[in-house]
Amino acid sequence: MLPLDLAIRVSGLSKQYTIGVRARRHDTVREQMTAAVKSFFRDGFRRAPSQTHLALDDVSFDVRRGQVVGIIGGNGAGKSTLLKILSRVTAPSTGHAQIRGRVGALLEVGSGFHPELTGRENVFLNGAMLGMTRAEVRRKFDEILDFSEIHQFIDTPVKRYSSGMYVRLAFAVAAHLEPDILIVDEALAVGDFAFQRKCLGQLQNQAGSGRTVLFVSHNIGAIRMLCQRCLLLRSGRLVLDGPVDDVIERYIQDVASRRRSSGTTLQPDVGDGFVLHPRDPVADLTLFCGDAMKFDFDVEAPRPLGDRTVGIGIKVTTPSGEPLVSMDSVVQRAGGIRGDAARWNVRCDLGRLPLNVGTYFVWVFVNVYVNNTVKQYAQFSNAFAVHVLEHDVFGWGTSLPRPRYWGPLYWAPQWRFTPQDRVDGVAADAAMKETLACRDYSAS
Amino acid sequence: MDALRVSTIQPSHRLLDLELRTLWEFRELLGFLIWRDIKVRYRQTVVGILWFALQPILATIIFTLVFGRFARLPSQGIPYAVFAYAAVVPWHFFAQAVTRGVNSMIAERHLISKVFFPRLLLPVGVVVAGLVDFSVGFLVLGAMLAWYDIPLTASILLTPLFLLLAVATALAVVSWLAPLNVRYRDVSYTMPFLLQIWMFATPVAYSVELVPVRWRWLYGLNPMAGVVEGFRWAWLGTAPPTPSLLAASATGVVILLVIGVIIFHRMERTFADAI
Repeated sequence: MLPLDLAIRVSGLSKQYTIGVRARRHDTVREQMTAAVKSFFRDGFRRAPSQTHLALDDVSFDVRRGQVVGIIGGNGAGKSTLLKILSRVTAPSTGHAQIRGRVGALLEVGSGFHPELTGRENVFLNGAMLGMTRAEVRRKFDEILDFSEIHQFIDTPVKRYSSGMYVRLAFAVAAHLEPDILIVDEALAVGDFAFQRKCLGQLQNQAGSGRTVLFVSHNIGAIRMLCQRCLLLRSGRLVLDGPVDDVIERYIQDVASRRRSSGTTLQPDVGDGFVLHPRDPVADLTLFCGDAMKFDFDVEAPRPLGDRTVGIGIKVTTPSGEPLVSMDSVVQRAGGIRGDAARWNVRCDLGRLPLNVGTYFVWVFVNVYVNNTVKQYAQFSNAFAVHVLEHDVFGWGTSLPRPRYWGPLYWAPQWRFTPQDRVDGVAADAAMKETLACRDYSAS
Repeated sequence: MDALRVSTIQPSHRLLDLELRTLWEFRELLGFLIWRDIKVRYRQTVVGILWFALQPILATIIFTLVFGRFARLPSQGIPYAVFAYAAVVPWHFFAQAVTRGVNSMIAERHLISKVFFPRLLLPVGVVVAGLVDFSVGFLVLGAMLAWYDIPLTASILLTPLFLLLAVATALAVVSWLAPLNVRYRDVSYTMPFLLQIWMFATPVAYSVELVPVRWRWLYGLNPMAGVVEGFRWAWLGTAPPTPSLLAASATGVVILLVIGVIIFHRMERTFADAI
């Protein structure tokens, strides 16, 4: 029996998928028969080893009533599978879970919206889908409408909505669910930034009002802000369960240790002879927004380089491959490699390059300059990838908006705000008065 | 506040546990699904719900030409057009209900993979929503009866009974085929063909009198034969369906429906993985 103070008890929950089915999926009986005949001729009556994948592997935990629990982990860690099972979208393979009270699950914003129906109609439909009664929706309708901020479009079919409006309305409905247990999966990764903050605030209210919340997000800032407790999943297993800061700390270590274990040698795709040896553990950097970035690699020269200083260039491109920023040791007058050493170690400390979230690519060049004209010895395209993860750089409560809206870089300039004329035309600020007090001597 | 119900999530449930309580909790959603279906189906069409009246009328015109005029099939003393139409309407309802019911899982796959609700509501909603179209078809039948001056009898009151049998038959077929369709899309490709064969095995375009007596009992196995004959009897006053055969096929339908719902309920828990 579930102890009274618990909202959720998960015991040995596992979910197994047959990946054979997924890898070569047979959608029709005919394909299946062909495949069966083929495998019969190949394997005879030996039973093909069934390929299965444990998306969730023996996970157990308890959640007290009123607790707000964050769930983090990399892609494929089993976060979504766990939420799908707890919200009964799919059944577990083994193990069980006990749940006290009504569950409201928001696995995807706007699932269940019908494009042909108006905003108003969809609010009711979606409410019913999420488990609200018609009376409940009616009671909350005005609140939902205010939250969504789309008053004048509420009677327009949602197919005419902009994607932003769509998301607003969808989240507004979900945010006004009042289930005993709220399950939210990555629902905040949509919509514009101001609205995201609003949603987060709403979730916080819900959390504050004694509701049990399970919250999956890649947004570490949001997890930190909302949750006291956090679960870390890795390849379907629960690795750590504890106070949110400790778990996030481990997650960061986890991500860092997944960096490629080096040893690989890169050949140039333009130029000859030069070879690049990334040093452990720098190849394929993973870091959080705002972290410092360093490159450490060896360059092997095919022949003595002589007296001429050979520069090392680094170019960082955006996720879509456009150049973002380039640097070159010779151009910068910071030296380079020269002489007859066959192998040089190159370290480049970029410091805190203000990269927004995303995967960036780093090209490495070996350049000589003759009369200030560059001659390229070697080019290593996409030598490294840099994965920048979400992090609350400015201590603002949530991470930065996606580069799509905010650009690939963030920056913290110096700001100064000085009040100017008030509406009635009277100067307000001392600095302003000073300016006005200046005397014009040219008249005298 | 401690009255909150504890529910258990586990790999499988007892075979006969249909979780009717959950179904009941989602009754409002069923209402919404039906309402949505009716509302959305003929949006952005010019003639709207008249489409339903139109399809059986066109089918009837073709039948009347081919079977009534050219083949001169007997129609128990009723003008052939009315005779055919009275059967085409329930048949059309049935065929639509089955087709849309079987495909309802696929059509709502984005819901199934993201939202929990009893999946059975989808086909039930689709079938019930079809009844609205069906009633439009019957308005037209009423008009035809007035035009041909065919008197109504008290047996018309038994219409709901045959309608119920049609609904049950449709749901029975859907509850078997819809889960199968989630795994194997072959089912939805086979549907039109299967329904066409079924239609010719049902006295829609012809009278059951044409069937040799020694084969009539076979028609008893086909619940839709009972439905069609029943409708004709109720509205046109033709020969009534044999009560014993009707009872037998109704029993069969109920058994198939119960087993189908159990199968459906057993498989719906992993629809989200397979769809």
